[in-house]
Amino acid sequence: MQFFIQLSLDGLTIGSVYALVALGYTLIYGVLKLLNFAHGDVFMVGSFIGYGVLQALGGASDPVVPVWLLLVLVTLAAMVGCAVLGVVIERFAYRPLRNAPRIAPLISALGVSFFLSNSMQLEFGAQQFNYASYNLSGGALYFHGFDLDHVHIPLLRIITIGSAFALMVVLWFLVNRTRTGKAMRATSFDREAAAMLGIDIDRVIVFTFILGSALAGAAGVMFALRVPTFAAVGFTTGLKGFTAAVIGGIGSIPGAMVGGILLGCAESYTAGYWTTAWSDLVVFSILIAFMIFRPQGLFGRVDIRKV
Amino acid sequence: MSEWLPPESESPEEAVPTTGPAVGRDEWVAREGERRVSRAGWAGTVEERLRRVPWWAWLMLFVAAGSLMPVFESSGYVRLVGFNTVVYMMLALGLNLVVGWGGLLDLGYIAFFGVGSYVYAIFDSAKFGYHVPSILIIPAATIVGALVGLLVGLPSRRLSGDYLAIVTLFFLELFETVATNGNQIFGHDITGGSFGISTVFPLSFAGHTLAVQHNGIFAVSYYYLAIVMFVIVYVSLFFVNNSRTGRAWRSLREDPLAAEVMGMPVNWLKLTSFATGAGVAALAGTISTALNASVYPLNFSPVVLITLYAMVILGGSGSQPGVVVGAFLVSVLLQVLQDPGQARVLFYLVIVVGVIAAYRVSVRLAIVAASTAVFGIATHAIAASFHHSWVDGAHGGLAGVLANWVVVPERLTPWVGQVAYLLLLVGMLCATQLRGRLRLVTLPPTLYLAAFVWENQMIPNPGPARYIVLGLLLIVLMIVRPNGLLGERRVEIN
Repeated sequence: MQFFIQLSLDGLTIGSVYALVALGYTLIYGVLKLLNFAHGDVFMVGSFIGYGVLQALGGASDPVVPVWLLLVLVTLAAMVGCAVLGVVIERFAYRPLRNAPRIAPLISALGVSFFLSNSMQLEFGAQQFNYASYNLSGGALYFHGFDLDHVHIPLLRIITIGSAFALMVVLWFLVNRTRTGKAMRATSFDREAAAMLGIDIDRVIVFTFILGSALAGAAGVMFALRVPTFAAVGFTTGLKGFTAAVIGGIGSIPGAMVGGILLGCAESYTAGYWTTAWSDLVVFSILIAFMIFRPQGLFGRVDIRKV
Repeated sequence: MSEWLPPESESPEEAVPTTGPAVGRDEWVAREGERRVSRAGWAGTVEERLRRVPWWAWLMLFVAAGSLMPVFESSGYVRLVGFNTVVYMMLALGLNLVVGWGGLLDLGYIAFFGVGSYVYAIFDSAKFGYHVPSILIIPAATIVGALVGLLVGLPSRRLSGDYLAIVTLFFLELFETVATNGNQIFGHDITGGSFGISTVFPLSFAGHTLAVQHNGIFAVSYYYLAIVMFVIVYVSLFFVNNSRTGRAWRSLREDPLAAEVMGMPVNWLKLTSFATGAGVAALAGTISTALNASVYPLNFSPVVLITLYAMVILGGSGSQPGVVVGAFLVSVLLQVLQDPGQARVLFYLVIVVGVIAAYRVSVRLAIVAASTAVFGIATHAIAASFHHSWVDGAHGGLAGVLANWVVVPERLTPWVGQVAYLLLLVGMLCATQLRGRLRLVTLPPTLYLAAFVWENQMIPNPGPARYIVLGLLLIVLMIVRPNGLLGERRVEIN
């Protein structure tokens, strides 16, 4: 039972990271119908920005600001940096291809992904960058926390999961309770009709990229607080994020959250009860099973195509 | 960029006055060639003559030129590069079948290459003690590859482009996982794990072994064998393309819904397209493995996949001669970028040609050239006045000459390089947006930064630099010229 709780906690942590990445995929897919392969690399860039800011503020063991402010600043910097990156990518790599055949932006996205990961490797090398979060205020974020059935739950985990959920709530509010969110939903429902009703499609798309990329940046920091980050990390994480989005139902925000956490838990249980080597196999089997038996995902709606 | 390319560069077989419009294009589109006004003067005549040359003549010319390469080039390394290029051409032909004709974004393509390689390696290596004759194992591996392709295609039957892409990409990841951890499948060793299989036997026909090396260097027989296989693949795919199935694939690409309404077996077409492409990849895998005498999971990473896509897109997806030329160009490009001297020459050549193409011969060209030179010399002088080690990094040859202009420090401080790279990106993006005088002002510093980054970062790190170039190539091509060099330009009718 203790082992199970430990694994669930692990799954929840990594799952909330997947969920944040999946949200970006879902949002962008919703408005552009584009599978943004570069999203995983935006996530990677976010974790690098976080690392840079962390080092600039004195590193984890000797920060110049209080720990809570340090975490907030690192996350905010990553979110802002990624938002800018997302807008630039949209402007230069996807907007010129808005009306091209569907395969064109996909290939362009592959190019962006390749460009980003190799640029980071060129500038920073292929080695791992460790946030050394166990040094934050002398390891207090690990010692403190509370016990559940003799399993110690460190504070950092709670902060990570909590802030991921807080971000999701903010996103839900933005999408469902604001004018821009309404425009986003309209655009994702029917782009042409939305444009005819006077919605500025370009603005909505830019806004979507800002939201999605900022979430990816936050996810990058949360990921790197747990394990070291490196230039090639974006590819696999992006793939899993997309799988989470598919499981939840592409275009559905609660779906992406549930999908991410399901995926994280599945991976964690596989690693704990079987072997880490085959966790990809399990993820892939889940994806295939969903594609065959429930292609619209858990929360997606069935797409009816009119000819 | 598109201005300086001849607007009417079409693939050679376009020239054949076909009997009627091909499926998927209406008559007006199909007869576009007849309405085309040919250029005046001798250029037009030459163009017209070239267009009349049949496809097989081009192919024979190309193969003859390729076959002569080992006669003039005795270096084993260059011959090996030639062999790899031919393997890439075969792979590009197979990928073209799936992407260019079927219109299916197959991101797991390289895994089928791996399947062929591993089948050959498992059944023809000292590791497991099997020694199946090549005449059996090559077709067997091809068939196994095609069957795996069919299996991967099955769950994606109902899926549109993006989902298909993700399933196949995941399949590639899975293939890598299985290959890397294949030494512990229920206690059995099947793939040799991350160390791969390194005791693969060379090809053997009727008891006669084809040695991998001849007098210590790469054996040319493999090169010729690869060319023969390439010709077989090319010709058979050419006929497939002009068959009922080929036309059906293209109709699937143009509009799957319309194809389905017309009664095409869409699912079956998708599956056959997938499986045939996978078979071609597996075939290429066998000969490549036989020559390298080894196979490792890392040979089949997404990096190879992107390289292949760059080949197909650059050449023009959908056009057979196009993707062959694309494979050749990208393969050569990757080799050139690895050599510091050649990479340097290529870079400045591209910059000069690009700037001339953008401004033609004009006052503005002179302004850009002069101000870039002055900007560089001034920067160089300022850097040199601080400390001589700031400009002491390059010696000899072109690098030595350029070292009077580009700042090449003995040891580049990392943050300077990072800032320069970021500024270069910003400058490049600005240069695409600005017009007129503003562009004229931003261009010289951007060009100088590009030279700085190239000399100090790209040339010392050819690994990531090569792939940065490929990634940029994909993005720029998709925007500027999605039909590639020789691709069919699609005429959209709404």
